[in-house]
Amino acid sequence: MAYLFLLPSLAGTSAFVLAPFADVIRRSFYKAVGNTFVGTANYRGVLENQAFQQAAANTVRFLCICLPLLLFLSFGAALMLYSLPAAKALFQTVFLLPMAVPVASLAVFWKIIFHGNGLLNEILELFRMKGRDWMGTDAAFWILVFSYIWKNMGYDVVLWIAALSGIGEEQYEAARVSGAGSFACFFYITLPQMKPGIVMIGILSFVNAFRVFREAYLIAGDYPHESIYMLQHLFNNWFTKLDIQKMSAAAVMMAFAVSMVLYLLEKWNGKHEI
Amino acid sequence: MRWKKYIPVYAVLGLAGLIMVLPVAMMLFNSIMGSQEIKEAYGAVLGEGAGKLSVRFLPVYPTLRPYVELLLDSPDFFVMFWNSVKQVFSVLIGQTVVGTMAAWAFARYEFAGRKPLFLMYMILMVMPFQVTMVSSYLVLSKLALLDTHLALILPGIFSTFPVFIMEKFFRAIPKEVFEAAKVDGAGEVTSFLWIGIPLGSPGIISALILNFLEYWNSVEAPMTFLKTKSKLPLSLYLPKITMDQMSVSFAASIVMMLPSVLGFLWGRDYLQKGIEASGLKE
Repeated sequence: MAYLFLLPSLAGTSAFVLAPFADVIRRSFYKAVGNTFVGTANYRGVLENQAFQQAAANTVRFLCICLPLLLFLSFGAALMLYSLPAAKALFQTVFLLPMAVPVASLAVFWKIIFHGNGLLNEILELFRMKGRDWMGTDAAFWILVFSYIWKNMGYDVVLWIAALSGIGEEQYEAARVSGAGSFACFFYITLPQMKPGIVMIGILSFVNAFRVFREAYLIAGDYPHESIYMLQHLFNNWFTKLDIQKMSAAAVMMAFAVSMVLYLLEKWNGKHEI
Repeated sequence: MRWKKYIPVYAVLGLAGLIMVLPVAMMLFNSIMGSQEIKEAYGAVLGEGAGKLSVRFLPVYPTLRPYVELLLDSPDFFVMFWNSVKQVFSVLIGQTVVGTMAAWAFARYEFAGRKPLFLMYMILMVMPFQVTMVSSYLVLSKLALLDTHLALILPGIFSTFPVFIMEKFFRAIPKEVFEAAKVDGAGEVTSFLWIGIPLGSPGIISALILNFLEYWNSVEAPMTFLKTKSKLPLSLYLPKITMDQMSVSFAASIVMMLPSVLGFLWGRDYLQKGIEASGLKE
C-alpha cells in the first residue's frame, strides 16, 4: 500500500532527476562525440580550468563569510526576540517580510541604491566622501552578502526560536534555584542544546546560499564583477556554450561536495540516523 | 519598572526591523511617483545624463499613473504575469497531489527501503539547481519539452521539498485516530482522503506557501529551459524594464510583490510552522 502512495512521486523523481543524473555521471567519463571512454579527462579539464578555479574559490569564500555571519546574527536576534515580553509576533513578521519580496523587485531597487550615481553615493557625498560604481567593485561581494542576510534572517530566526522553545523552562528554574546567573544559564543550558539546531539551520542556510545567484544575475547579468563570479555563473555560461562534458563533470563534483558537507555536519552532530 | 530593561533590546530589534522594511517602503513610495518625478529623482542612474540623484522618500506629487500605464499600456506585462501564474499554480497543484501521497507513505507506513528513500529525498531537497541543471536539460530535450511551460512545471511537481515538510505534519497526527477509523471500517484510501488530508492541511498549506514564494521567484529554471521571450515569467522580465519606463518598473515591482506579500500576511502562521518543520529532522 505504501508503495502505491509513493509511486507517482518516485516515478517522477526517477524520470526527471535520478535517471538523467545517472546518465550525466556516465557522460562525465566519456567524450562528447562518439562513445570513447576518456576516464577522468573531463574532470581534469574542469579542475584545470581557470574560470572554474576562480568561481569555486569565490563560492567557497562567499559561503565561509555569509553562513557564520547569518547564523550568528540570526541567533542573536532570536535570543533577543525570545526574551521579549511583548510584540514578539510583530517583529517576527517584520523579519520574515523580505522572504515575500520577489528577487526581481529587489534587483531593481539595488540597482538604484548602488549605481555610480545612486542613492548611496549621494549620501556619502553629504559627508564629503567619494562614491563609486559599487556593483563594479569588490563591494559587489558585500552587497550580495547583505542581500543574502536580509532575505534569510527571518527564516533562521524562526528556526532558532523553535530550537530555543524546545528547552524546558524547568531547566532554567532549577539552575536559578542553585544560584546560576543568566550567563551561566546561557553557556551551560542554552548553548549545548543548540547543537542539533546549528546543524540543521546551517544546512538550510547553505541550501539558500546558492539562491543568491538570482540577485547576482538579475543585478549584474552573465558576467558580473569578478568577486561575485560564482559557480552558478560558470555553469550558466558553460550551458550557453552547451559544454555538456564540462558541465557533467562539474555537476558530479558539486553533488559530491554538497553530500560531503552534509555528511560532515551530520557526523559532527554525532547522530547518523536520519 | 520591569519593561525598562528591554528598551535597548527593542531599540536594536527596531533598527534591524527598519532595515527589513525600508526597501519595501521605498519601492511602494516610488511606485506612486509620476514619471517626471522619477526622472528627476533617479534619472542619473540609468540615463545618459550625469545629473545627480535628488533623494526623496515621499513623492511630492503622488499619482497612480504608473499603475494605469502598467495595467493598460503594457501588454508584455500581462503576458508575463499570466505566464508566472500559470507556471506557479500548475506546479503547486501537482505538488499537492503527488507530494501529499508521497509524504503520506513516508509518514504512515513502515516499508522496506523507507529510510534510504527518505534520505535520498532529503539529499535531493538540498542539492542546488546547478547540480541537476545538465541532467534536467538532457531529459527535457529528449522529451521535446524545452521552451515550453511544461519544462518548468513537470520537474517542479516532483520537487522533494514539499514531501519533506508535509511528512512532518502527517507524522504528528496521533495514531489512535486512524485506529479508530479502521475499527469503523475505513480503508487505507478513505483514511488518507478523509482523515489525513483534513488533519494534515496545515502542513499542506505551509508547504504550498513556501513553494509559492520559491516558484514565484524562479530565475534559474526559466532562464535555462525557456528561450521564447513571450513564455518567460515575470521574475525574468521585470529587471529588463528600462529607464524610460522607470516609474512603471516600480509599479511592476509592487504588482509582482503583491501576491506574495498578501499570501505571506494571510498565511504567516502557516509559513512559520512550515519553516519550523523544515528544521526538524524526524
